[in-house]
Amino acid sequence: MVSFLKTWIGSFQEFLLLSGRAFTNLVRSPHYKDDIYLQMDIIGVGSVPVVLLTGFFTGGILALQMARALNTYGASSQVGAIVAITLVRELGPVLTAILVAGRNASGMASELGSMKVTEQIDAMRALATDPVQKLVTPRLIATAVMLPLLTAISDTIGLFGAYLVSTPLLHIISSSQYWSTSWQALQLNDVAQGLIKPFVFGIIIALIGCFYGIQTSGGTQGVGRATTSAVVSASIWIIAVTFVIDKIFVAMYSY
Amino acid sequence: MDGQPILEFKNASLRYDQTWALRDVSFSIRQGETRVIFGEAGSGKTTLLKAAVGLVHLDGGTISLFGEDITARKESDLFPLRGRTGFLFQEGGLFDSLTVGENVEYPILNSQAPDGHKQTNGEQIEAKVRETLRFVELEQTYNQPPSALSGGMRRRVGIARAIVTEPPLLLYDSPTAGLDPITANTIMALVAKERDVRNSTSLIVTYRYQDGEIMDDFRYDPEQELLVPLIGEQSPKRNRTKFIVMKDGKIVFEGTRHQMNDSKDDYVRNFIRHEE
Ligand SMILES: Nc1ncnc2c1ncn2[C@@H]1O[C@H](COP(=O)(O)OP(=O)(O)O)[C@@H](O)[C@H]1O
Ligand SMILES: [Mg+2]
Repeated sequence: MVSFLKTWIGSFQEFLLLSGRAFTNLVRSPHYKDDIYLQMDIIGVGSVPVVLLTGFFTGGILALQMARALNTYGASSQVGAIVAITLVRELGPVLTAILVAGRNASGMASELGSMKVTEQIDAMRALATDPVQKLVTPRLIATAVMLPLLTAISDTIGLFGAYLVSTPLLHIISSSQYWSTSWQALQLNDVAQGLIKPFVFGIIIALIGCFYGIQTSGGTQGVGRATTSAVVSASIWIIAVTFVIDKIFVAMYSY
Repeated sequence: MDGQPILEFKNASLRYDQTWALRDVSFSIRQGETRVIFGEAGSGKTTLLKAAVGLVHLDGGTISLFGEDITARKESDLFPLRGRTGFLFQEGGLFDSLTVGENVEYPILNSQAPDGHKQTNGEQIEAKVRETLRFVELEQTYNQPPSALSGGMRRRVGIARAIVTEPPLLLYDSPTAGLDPITANTIMALVAKERDVRNSTSLIVTYRYQDGEIMDDFRYDPEQELLVPLIGEQSPKRNRTKFIVMKDGKIVFEGTRHQMNDSKDDYVRNFIRHEE
């Protein structure tokens, strides 16, 4: 138990060290712009299809469940408002982040992991390149920028999915009523939460994916282990950090 | 052959978790010399090469590279010295995301030339890359991804990338491991050629005794464009190759080939090719 704790604290220290270096590199040259754009394309554009699909169905499911629940209180007209708040504040950010963690934290861990075990990372250092600058920082920037955008896309398509369920399918609310109530329900702090969360999640995903990748040892088996660990631990951190951010916002707006 | 050593280990020790990969390792190498390093798997050969350019850090002792103590240097302060060292990694260490040409070009674009004249123009760079690929007889692979090449070809591209900036010191990690004898000899010919054309200093890790014999017995003749035996030739090129044998992170033998042949140690004798 003690030795397990020791290893855990040790690797957490390494993680903080890597994170620190990734952040200080933000203001240090050289900047590998091409790598940033490439990663934005892989992480951002590449995730759009899955984000569209899951966002759409999440909105639809929410509307179905909410419609039934609200009906018992005679509050069916609030369906748009409830869906909007739930999606924008909580579900949109978390679901999108978990999806991107599954796609990209694993992708980063396996790509950097195979580079590690085939000595490409050592080769990079031997060729006077800082692997953190070349590999980690571009992924950090790309994920932190793209995840809020992806989340916004997911929220929008989710609202649309909920609309399809509420209006054409169940006829519980008129089109204009749906859109105006859902729009009015959103407060500045909902939108703020909805964008701050994915920004933080983006940082978490990139740093954890890269950390497990760069720490890989033990050949191809090690790459497999790194990939799994990266997804699991990124997902756990995403949920845990959601709790912390919610707590902060609740404390801020409870007056 | 005199003057400062290019690379010097003094009582170097290094540990990964529980295992000591280097124990009290001391040796030095001067300009134009060659060290051929033998040792069973896990005896610390790769670690020794990596430590030489600060890719791994010592737990005890010191290393100096080009006369500068690198033992406690910051990573970024090592970059200029690494720029003067070529490193062939065991499996080539080529970047998968770049083409062969881009791999070989990488050190040129990235080189931190001490005299400041940094970038030459694109055409000159491409010409240099092609010339170096021709040197390893792989110019036709210029636009291919490394994944399209065989293991031996990847090593040759790795050699091209290591030598393209003409560094004075070259570290080769198992350039011939797992290759058929013909490819292996081709690669060793390139290593010897690089040494003789540029008078560079080389450390070569290998399992094959023949690799050491090639380095010791042959020199590259630029007129005939092939390796010629040194047998009987009296030249300063003789005796600049020494053999090192490692075991469990320790250097258990260092000396000339004749001394190695005369060794009574069974472990050392393991690495000598026995006449059939
Ligand atoms: N990154 C590492 N982490 C832990 N142990 C390692 C690592 N690299 C090498 N070792 C261990 O250090 C010893 C020396 O390894 P190495 O230098 O690769 O030997 P060689 O190249 O002679 O096969 C071996 O016991 C090996 O298992
Ligand atoms: Mg090795």
